[in-house]
Amino acid sequence: MATIDLVDVRKTYTGSVEVVKGINLAIADGELVVLVGPSGCGKSTLLRMIAGLETITAGTISIDGRVVNREEPSERDIAMVFQNYALYPHMSVRQNLEYGLRNRNTPSPEIDRRVGDAARILEIEPFLDRKPRQLSGGQRQRVAMGRAIVRQPKAFLFDEPLSNLDAKLRGQMRVEIRRLQRRLRTTSVYVTHDQLEAMTLADRLVVMNAGRVEQMGKPAELYERPASVFVAGFIGSPPMNFLSVDYLREKARGDLGTVSGAATLIGVRPDAIALAAPGDRPSVMLDATLELVEPVGGESHLHVRLDGSDQLLVVETHGRPDVAEGAPLAVHVAADSVHAFDGQSGLRVN
Amino acid sequence: MIASLMTFISLMLPADVRIMPSFKLVAVLGILNSYAALTIPLIASATATFLFRQFFMTIPDELLEAARVDSAGPLRFFRDILLPLSRTNIAALFVILFIYGWVQYLWPLLVTTDSRYYTIVMGIKRMASVADSEPYWNLVMAGVILAMLPPVLVVIFMQRLFVKGLVETEK
Repeated sequence: MATIDLVDVRKTYTGSVEVVKGINLAIADGELVVLVGPSGCGKSTLLRMIAGLETITAGTISIDGRVVNREEPSERDIAMVFQNYALYPHMSVRQNLEYGLRNRNTPSPEIDRRVGDAARILEIEPFLDRKPRQLSGGQRQRVAMGRAIVRQPKAFLFDEPLSNLDAKLRGQMRVEIRRLQRRLRTTSVYVTHDQLEAMTLADRLVVMNAGRVEQMGKPAELYERPASVFVAGFIGSPPMNFLSVDYLREKARGDLGTVSGAATLIGVRPDAIALAAPGDRPSVMLDATLELVEPVGGESHLHVRLDGSDQLLVVETHGRPDVAEGAPLAVHVAADSVHAFDGQSGLRVN
Repeated sequence: MIASLMTFISLMLPADVRIMPSFKLVAVLGILNSYAALTIPLIASATATFLFRQFFMTIPDELLEAARVDSAGPLRFFRDILLPLSRTNIAALFVILFIYGWVQYLWPLLVTTDSRYYTIVMGIKRMASVADSEPYWNLVMAGVILAMLPPVLVVIFMQRLFVKGLVETEK
């Protein structure tokens, strides 16, 4: 149980490539913070700096109010779950779980109790005497988490722990991690590039881009009021559609409401675009051609090309549309569901 | 990196090319006619260094990092994780280097003049080359059979690990 505070943390590699450019972040006790962003945005580096596996070029990292900049990972009392699990291949599951405790000279009865508890929570009791290579991916993942739990550390650090699993298992493990974290109430930092994982797991979401924090907040806040074009495009699946204001002024029929003069780019979520007029709310109508239908179970993703432009829009509808591919159709956008951005700076203006 | 490149380059030279400088070195150290002269130059094996380097390169960094988080320092990591993982590798090298050392002829011939240090291969050669009479071929052949026994036994008993070490990595 601990708080983690990052103050103006920077990382520069030799050759003066700055990959982390001044991060300020205060993580509360028991909170699960997800760092999310595209590859190379510095999220993993930041996590490894908290773990003590990378040196800190500037700024301070403190755990529970104590500055840990120069401490070894073992002195920081954190536990880490790696993407490839990093289980010791020649040790049995039990030995893997015990290793960290033995190195800390924990008394044997205490080790047995903690390993027993962790094995029960994670349901890995039947495999305790097997070697990691005899386990499936999901089971290995559990063992890796068990190794973190038995230590009863101040914080868990997860480095893309689910990206080596198949989609179904990923969904299951995601729920389990969430449940486990709720139960243990251990401060956690979780790194992922998968926005769905980020949205579902996070108490607080930190979207990173090119070494900086783009926006942080509750997942719902980020989804509903993205602060920049980057966040808007990154959070949500299928991603948000962007239209230029000039195009809308020229082609759209109807009332777009009040859009600030600074706005040059309008963002609309695929589920905010309808094939029928919303009726009571002011909306605009655009003419388009249906290019492709992707049925995804209960919903369909329609890829439509707007008339008089090369722009493709993705529209999410319930069920199947009664329009054939290649046929013209009209799409409606409610004025109160648009996000307005300044195309130059990428910042939100409404 | 440079060290490993040098090791690799020395692999490309046949042992006979290096034999004169090696002899000079042993002579300067004053250890001619000793077990040290017979063994030490063979222990420093470029093949073994190269093989181990390649093996250690395949160990994922995360394993070392996980060990660091688990409070294992470099030496403990070596003892608890690296060494057990290298077991099959060590066995494979043992077989190769044992046979390589056992059949050495030129090097022992150079560094020993005292018959107490003669190796078995040298002994057989001396039995076979006698002046003014037929060699006792029966004794020579018996010597050859006896000389073959240790390497054959090593191969038989180590075969399982040897093959594992060459084809399988335990990761």
